[in-house]
Amino acid sequence: MKKINLILSFAILASMMVSCGGDNSNKKSGALVGNAAERVYVAPGEYDEYYAFLSGGFSGQLSVYGLPSGRLFKVIPVFSQNPENGYGYNEETKPMLNTSFGFIPWGDAHHPDISQTNGELDGRWIFINENNTPRIARIDLSTFQTAEILEIPNSAGNHSSSFITENTEYIVAGTRFSVPSPQKDMPIEEMKGTFKGPLTFISIHPETGNLNIEFQLIMPGFNYDLSHPGRNKSHGWFFFTTYNTEEANSLLEVNASQNDKDYIAAVNWKVIEQYVKNGGGTKMAVKYAHNILNESTHTATSTILNEITTVNPLDVPGAVYYLPTPKSPHGCDVDPSGEYIVGSGKLSTDLTVHSFSKMIKAIEEKNFAGEAYGIPILNFEAINAGVVKQAGLGPLHTEFDGKGNGYTSFFISSEIVKWKLETWEVVDRQPTFYSIGHLMIPGGNSRKPFGKYMVALNKITKDRYLPTGPEVTQSAQLFDITGEKMELLLDFPTVGEPHYAAGIAAEILIKNSKKIYPLAENKHPHVTLSEKDAKVVRNGNEVHIYMTMIRSHFAPDNIEGVQVGDKVFFHVTNLEQDYDVPHGFSMIGANTSELLIMPGETRTSTWEPKREGVWPFYCTDFCSALHQEMQGYIRVSAKGSSVPLKWSLD
Amino acid sequence: MIILSCFLLFIGCKNSDKTEVTVESATESAQNSPSNKGQAFIEDEDATPNALRLAINSPDHTTLVAAVQAAEVENALVNVGPLTVFAPTNAAFNKIDKATLDELLKPENKSKLAYILTNHVAPSNYPMETLIKNVEKGRPLYMASGQYVDVTQEGEDIFIGGTKIVASIKVSNGWVHVIEDVILPKN
Repeated sequence: MKKINLILSFAILASMMVSCGGDNSNKKSGALVGNAAERVYVAPGEYDEYYAFLSGGFSGQLSVYGLPSGRLFKVIPVFSQNPENGYGYNEETKPMLNTSFGFIPWGDAHHPDISQTNGELDGRWIFINENNTPRIARIDLSTFQTAEILEIPNSAGNHSSSFITENTEYIVAGTRFSVPSPQKDMPIEEMKGTFKGPLTFISIHPETGNLNIEFQLIMPGFNYDLSHPGRNKSHGWFFFTTYNTEEANSLLEVNASQNDKDYIAAVNWKVIEQYVKNGGGTKMAVKYAHNILNESTHTATSTILNEITTVNPLDVPGAVYYLPTPKSPHGCDVDPSGEYIVGSGKLSTDLTVHSFSKMIKAIEEKNFAGEAYGIPILNFEAINAGVVKQAGLGPLHTEFDGKGNGYTSFFISSEIVKWKLETWEVVDRQPTFYSIGHLMIPGGNSRKPFGKYMVALNKITKDRYLPTGPEVTQSAQLFDITGEKMELLLDFPTVGEPHYAAGIAAEILIKNSKKIYPLAENKHPHVTLSEKDAKVVRNGNEVHIYMTMIRSHFAPDNIEGVQVGDKVFFHVTNLEQDYDVPHGFSMIGANTSELLIMPGETRTSTWEPKREGVWPFYCTDFCSALHQEMQGYIRVSAKGSSVPLKWSLD
Repeated sequence: MIILSCFLLFIGCKNSDKTEVTVESATESAQNSPSNKGQAFIEDEDATPNALRLAINSPDHTTLVAAVQAAEVENALVNVGPLTVFAPTNAAFNKIDKATLDELLKPENKSKLAYILTNHVAPSNYPMETLIKNVEKGRPLYMASGQYVDVTQEGEDIFIGGTKIVASIKVSNGWVHVIEDVILPKN
């Protein structure tokens, strides 16, 4: 072995010596560039330049990475319970996962999008959609906590979501599956012409960020895949790709690929907004949950709502047009100027680019090729700006660098293709490993992309990492896009399947990031602001324990008088007012997760003692030198026992 | 010794004022890593063969494999798919006059060749029973080239673009149907 090492080191040395003196002009452009390690290296203690938020896909969460290092900073629980911090398990956040179908512990997170002002990322909130039980979440980027979840009624497969307009006026939720509208019991084979494709427009309150369904546009029953807002000159419009305009309901892999062209639906939401303001639209009885986390009470509430306003597109002249686009388009991406709308026909080899100004002209001239369910179809030749010819196989999604280039992911040929806007020529192509889905340039779907890095979000990893049984992690790959050629710098694993991502310059978020929750502002109904206020209260068979925690003890730490058959509520307040000092809480035999409580926060866990005895609880987060001493006991007596309720701390 | 050689190297490169060169060698090794060639080059003996692996293992498809390699579209044939490949035999390629075929295999005609090859690949699974449905419903087949190719039936035989399917094999990422002619694109 030693000998081999020796030979190897000589070999390396020899080859390097040759390189040292050699001519560098014949460098091969390989998968990795020369000083890649240096370019992604962020020294200990240094910060990354960008935050990247990667959807957790079927984990239901949102993960936070640094770029260029690819280091994972946090997993923000959104649509799935998270035993790591008690989200969806503790009493305060359980309402976040309430829906019209009851409590749902899991979701499928897809497309994050960061709030914008004047078309530029402002970093106040990030939104993400849930595909399975249609929902949209708002995450506060000062706390990195899910602050609101709104269920989308009368929709199914909330895939064409959660994209926002350039002043964060609206966020959309387009249905992937067409459905009976409203839902009803009917034969599936009668789907065609009966099912609908509702597109939901949700307003975002400019101060609080609170979501409200303003109207739902009841479109023909196609599948709505992805969407993007117009920006700059096309602000006021929203574009949605459609597939399965065949309206097939079985073996879609063949039957939904028959039409030569499907459509991008262009929706003038400003016209519809005005129509609804003037009393237009029809009320529809529905049922959906609206869940909001109140930051001062640290507690979420869930409200079930019963009505939305629906709009028939035929009732609003000038509101909706179809742009014919080849072969089941997936991505629908608008360049920073707002002029070009790129349709990625996922079974095509070409990219189709529509022109916004030509579209407006075609509408004015009524240059229609026909209609679909009464919605005018614009003449393809009249609106087409250009075609990126034979760019690759299976185009999915395009982002922009703000320097006149588009970057498109190609699933089948597993590559990223860089092309020039307006000349439509391919400038560069680089393989991805493997089978890229979406890609993301920080700010790449805004007026002002940052244009330095691009992240490829790959579906398949195969041999990229050490094998870990039949399932290997999904992977992201980082490219430098500052030069003419894209350069692959780094592979890094992701949490769940990263459908899409959003990125932003770190400096925009750092200054707003919250470090503690001030105790003085804690309005939790069961808060305990000091150790002397700690108490235990019995109410029938409910026992409420008002507890505090600070390095390195609980108050109280010994409790007696609890009985088998009681329901015990631990209302625990972390009295620390110091950055990064959370405490944990767990109780033996509790049928829930731990609590992880931030400084100044209150969280509640429940426990139903089943056996007599003396049972310990402890802090789960290594908080201090005396963390192992941070514990307590609960004495559990038989039901009806005369042991009095008593609590203490020495 | 290793430490010493690294040290020497460091000095060497500093002296020549080419600090990047130290990592250049790492680049070379990265390029040579099988991981950076693509899915087509992953050796996986446990899995059902994919469309490309099947063709490579078939003595009747050496020309097709050569064409795929010349066009550098290997990775498209091993993708998760699903896809259906219509695989012309060596005999099928031999029906094209030799000069034309040689011309196509030249590096400068790579994109032309790739275009012809993608005219033999249909996205999605098309087993025989689905192709028969295509005949019944009068549905042409949409190829990755962007062109439509007719599916027809004579007796028990299914024809794709006028050429008979002589064998069908299920592969890990779809289907391979062996055909006796090259399906040339219309233009």
